[in-house]
Amino acid sequence: MSRLTDANIKLAKEIIGRYPRARSAIIPLLHLAQEQHGHITNAAIAHIGELVGATSAEVLGTCTFYEMFKMEPVGKYLVNICGTMSCALLGSDELMHRAEHTLGIKAGSTTADGLFTLEHAECQAACTEAPCLQVNYRHRYRVTPDQLDALIVDLRAGNLDGEIPPHGTVARVRQHIPAGRAVGAVAPEDATDPPVWLSTGPSINAKTPK
Amino acid sequence: MSESLTGTIMPHAPGFIAGDRPRIVTSRFEYEDSYTLERYLATDGYSGLRACLTRAAADVHNEVKTATVLGRGGAGFPAGVKWGLTPQGKFPRYLVVNGDESEPGTYKDRLLMERDPHQLIEGCLIACYAAGLSQCFLYIRGEMALAQERVATALNDAYAAGYVGTNILGSNFSVDIVLHWGAGAYVVGEETALIESLEGNRGMPRLKPPFFPAAIGLYGQPTIVNNVETLANLPWLLVNGAAAYTAIGTESSPGTRMVAVSGHVRRPGVYEIVNGTTTFRDLVYGNEFCGGIRNGNELKAFVPGGGSAPWFLPDQLDLPFEGKLVGAAGSMLGSGAIMVMDDTTDIPAAALTLTRFYAHESCGKCTPCREGGTWLERILSRIVAGNGTDADLDQLLEVGESICPGSFPHAASERLGLTAVPFPYKMTTICFVGPSAFAPIHSALTLFRDEFIAKIVKRTLIPVTAAPIAAASAAGGGQ
Repeated sequence: MSRLTDANIKLAKEIIGRYPRARSAIIPLLHLAQEQHGHITNAAIAHIGELVGATSAEVLGTCTFYEMFKMEPVGKYLVNICGTMSCALLGSDELMHRAEHTLGIKAGSTTADGLFTLEHAECQAACTEAPCLQVNYRHRYRVTPDQLDALIVDLRAGNLDGEIPPHGTVARVRQHIPAGRAVGAVAPEDATDPPVWLSTGPSINAKTPK
Repeated sequence: MSESLTGTIMPHAPGFIAGDRPRIVTSRFEYEDSYTLERYLATDGYSGLRACLTRAAADVHNEVKTATVLGRGGAGFPAGVKWGLTPQGKFPRYLVVNGDESEPGTYKDRLLMERDPHQLIEGCLIACYAAGLSQCFLYIRGEMALAQERVATALNDAYAAGYVGTNILGSNFSVDIVLHWGAGAYVVGEETALIESLEGNRGMPRLKPPFFPAAIGLYGQPTIVNNVETLANLPWLLVNGAAAYTAIGTESSPGTRMVAVSGHVRRPGVYEIVNGTTTFRDLVYGNEFCGGIRNGNELKAFVPGGGSAPWFLPDQLDLPFEGKLVGAAGSMLGSGAIMVMDDTTDIPAAALTLTRFYAHESCGKCTPCREGGTWLERILSRIVAGNGTDADLDQLLEVGESICPGSFPHAASERLGLTAVPFPYKMTTICFVGPSAFAPIHSALTLFRDEFIAKIVKRTLIPVTAAPIAAASAAGGGQ
């Protein structure tokens, strides 16, 4: 039941087709599975293995290396509070204490209603906007403890549903390579000659109109 | 737009502060719609590509080589030279774009991807054309949702408009750019780990030397791995030429650089600075930059080049932001990230935030890093918590010695009578994660040892005598 849906299988095949080796699609497909189900299930692991021609153990091995993949259910909102240097210098500890107090849970756990999972996170590339946090990988900048409380109220009330999709969905825009414009995957065994523009030189001249 | 965003569009990533300085990679940042194809085309976008397609690939490659575009990812290796390291006659070759920015303090590639994705795409195309690379994989850090959305939209639009894919702009140049995204692992920013991850594996670095990715990389083929900011420089360079590029900055460090200054400053921000001439004093105290330390406090120390870099003291403020000079002074520029600590900073606790990061991010492949990083974090944690002992300070250095044998780089200090030990260090690990766990500890302990000693608990030894036991047995009836 938690194998990929038909629509996602179609998408998975499109993604696999972009790579010279199907296994390169493992991480994108794990994201797809997590988007569908909120976390990664064993059935999804097996299904991805079938799609890319790898064993379940190989897919699982890749899956467990990366922090974004959750093998157990997490809350609808994953709140990641950064604790690395720039944020720590400007009060991320205080922010974490407030989050633990307001949500009534310790970092690394999920609220009983299944809405929030709180995590201590590492640098989120917003160091000039410290302290920062992410909710389902959407940044919030220069957050005070009171703003954090307000954010939790807003999330609980569903006020930010338009901006923050449920956990599992990262990017809401996908790449689509139109068939008429696709070069296609260039596999090592298929293209051992130099690319044509290297061997024949420039093919448009400077006067080509814009 | 081939596909529009659903829901509310998030505001731009904040942080960038413009100034009256040359702008190569941030020239469109003032536009609210800087990320759209319309704005890109209205501001000279894809002209670099157009210029490039009228010239022979080798000619374009030479232009980039002449300009000395230093890699902006950390190592500072010139892009033009890197492209030339692929073995003759071995095809296909690939381009892998390193958008896995996650070095503590670093905040520039995300801005470039969110706010000017077409500039990056154009840079990728120029690199592929010049170095004869047949397919491009654009690897974006997993946690950067907005960057992924912006780059995906830009790619969809660029494909539809004929800038990417087959017969680009009617030429014989054809290349696909495949958007790939990670799932949370700092070590994947290392180029061989990035390739492993792109092949669908655990992101563990490959042993190098002997083989660098330029010779044996993705799928065993010659592969160029370039940083986002490095590639973002190329469109401007192709439009304006190498002479204009080298006219900015210094001979050894031409052009501009994106630098993020964070921590205890009045106006933290991301600045595009003139390479090689701007000093740390300018950046921290200059009015066009950070405007000094918050609350009028004193500067205590700063990290000049991302969490992996040995720390500097106020003694080093007058050094320019230039790789060789900073290296000789005992640190590195890394990925353009300065973190500033004022005189209220608890130094051991600050060092712990970095050591914890690297210990956490160790992939586990090399024993000195996997075990050593964890040990360093544990020992430093107990010192910071007030449970350390005198022996712990030596133990920290001993564990560090197993990761980086010999003398470790550090800054000069007049106060301590120290002379600088230049960068780099020796290491027993494949990549820099292990040494990076030690770097903050070594700097903190060398430059601020007093603060560690102040945290060590002085225990009074209780002499062992028979008396209490005898008393206890008398009282308890002894069974």
